[in-house]
Amino acid sequence: MNIIELRHVTRRYPDGFTALHDINLSLEPGKFYSLLGPSGSGKTTILRLIAGFDQPTAGEILFKGRDITNLPASRRPLNTVFQNYALFPHLNVFDNIAFGLKVKKVAPDEIKKKVERMLSLVRLEGFGKRSVQELSGGQQQRVAIARALVNHPKVLLLDESLSALDKKLRKTMQFELRSIQKQLGITFIFVTHDQEEALAMSDEIFVLNDGRLQQSGSPSAIYDEPVNEFVARFIGDSNLMSGHMIRDFEVEFGNHRFECADAGIKPGEQVQVLLRPEDLSLVEPAQGKIVVDILSQLFLGDHYEIWAKDDGGFNWLIHTVEKAPAERCGLHFAPDAIHVMRLGESESEFDQRLSQYEEHEK
Amino acid sequence: MKNKSSFFLIPYLMWLLLFVAMPIILLTVNAFTDTQGQISLTNLRAFLANGACLKMMVNSFWYALLITGLTLLVSYPLALVIANCRHQRLWLLLVILPTWINLLLKTYAFIGLLGQHGLVNQALQFFGVAPRQLLFTKAAFVVVAAYIEIPFMVLPIYDSLHALDKQIVAAARDLGANAWQTFWRVIWPLTLPGVRAGVQAVFIPSLSLFIITRLIGGNKVITLGTAIEEYFLTTMNWHMGSMIGVILIVIMVLVLLATSGKEQNR
Repeated sequence: MNIIELRHVTRRYPDGFTALHDINLSLEPGKFYSLLGPSGSGKTTILRLIAGFDQPTAGEILFKGRDITNLPASRRPLNTVFQNYALFPHLNVFDNIAFGLKVKKVAPDEIKKKVERMLSLVRLEGFGKRSVQELSGGQQQRVAIARALVNHPKVLLLDESLSALDKKLRKTMQFELRSIQKQLGITFIFVTHDQEEALAMSDEIFVLNDGRLQQSGSPSAIYDEPVNEFVARFIGDSNLMSGHMIRDFEVEFGNHRFECADAGIKPGEQVQVLLRPEDLSLVEPAQGKIVVDILSQLFLGDHYEIWAKDDGGFNWLIHTVEKAPAERCGLHFAPDAIHVMRLGESESEFDQRLSQYEEHEK
Repeated sequence: MKNKSSFFLIPYLMWLLLFVAMPIILLTVNAFTDTQGQISLTNLRAFLANGACLKMMVNSFWYALLITGLTLLVSYPLALVIANCRHQRLWLLLVILPTWINLLLKTYAFIGLLGQHGLVNQALQFFGVAPRQLLFTKAAFVVVAAYIEIPFMVLPIYDSLHALDKQIVAAARDLGANAWQTFWRVIWPLTLPGVRAGVQAVFIPSLSLFIITRLIGGNKVITLGTAIEEYFLTTMNWHMGSMIGVILIVIMVLVLLATSGKEQNR
């Protein structure tokens, strides 16, 4: 059964602004989910609705099939790790973590045992007596996680919880969060605007923009098969250009025709074509599908970031592990590196089309 | 740079010297000299030996405590409501507004309200209750004094409530605390600095109130404030009046020290 389900959830504010348009989500237990989108996309609003800090204007929120839309936050079996941790400044580390147990009147020796266990889970043994203000950002983050997890929530909500940390610490915490989640088997819902973070940690990502769900799926599905230009641009670097279909498995862009892996689109239809920079390689001009002139090369440690211009004037972004062999090169890519997107196609239409022509192939 | 900044300090230092240091020095000198101008402890001895004086001191303390308690009881919920209102500035202005009116005028207004034929008694009569003596009672004194002090309690409490991170309150709810637990375990301890500032702003002036004790309390309540006025203006014993003033200052310093507490933000 789904642990959390949002059905036709809309959130409209009194001033007329609609933060969420008809959102439908279903989350399975024990998975790591990310809500990914730019600021103002509605991802935090969804989190607040699930946590119970806000009520939807329309639609319902279900927990294990039970309607919890109007249940106050204090009575929901889920806990939140806040953006700025929101630790209680007047309590020490131990009392911060013990807070949820104390308000539930758990016996003191029971509390002590549970808090100690949490402190060791987040690797803060011996920090109980410290004031939370003495802690570093990463340590505060861990206290916030322990404070939430000690209550054995069925779902843990994390609101941009890593964004206040520096890059290196963020990487460590990503790893730790993921391992805590695996260890406890709790459902995590992680709100972030950082696509790399979402791709690295999640089992499934929900991409949001302007209060609408754009796409959901595994990190690789979203990266490889974005449904529209927004998702393509938001997740990863991309080369995007407009073109049109010639027939199934053949598309034209930049005045050339190419074999591709997409079908189910009627011939002549205007489409957008996406090529990921790392799917491109530079070869001898004669062997390439397109000939380009190298504009700039940047060595970024693990790869080169190359900008190149083709004869039609389009600027290509290319990621390669080797330097460009010459000033003028051929650009090579496999047919399945071309991803064709229909204009205004929704996620469900996309899935339907995909299943149709994949059946044909079999 | 250093010379320049100390130059700008001169007016303030002059002010402190003339209107803070000098009066305290004069008061202390007066308190520890007798009517012949000799240095002596006569006044202190007289004060401690006189049961009436000690009673006044206890009285002052007791009424200041009552007034502060009542003010806090009204002001905290009021500040809480305002801090969660949509038009906070307007409500705050309405709270502050009465402080723009002279204390004496406000006190006279209460005489009008509480008198035999005042508005309150008229209202009581309307409901069939016989007019009662409201003015010149101890209760009237405490209520009017509390009314006058309310803005000084509301403002610091409102400030600390306003500065309270909303996410911290949300976190308490999220962890399962009900409204009362959230208030008692999180909001109250975190707004304690505001309460302390309010208590100081109310309790200390309440020790030496004398206009309200006279006009509303009708001399039923004798505090150190009324005693000082008595010694200076009626019996003209400035030395004794000064001694009570010094004692009052000592009490104020003690109260200030007791309510400051240790700072939580290290």
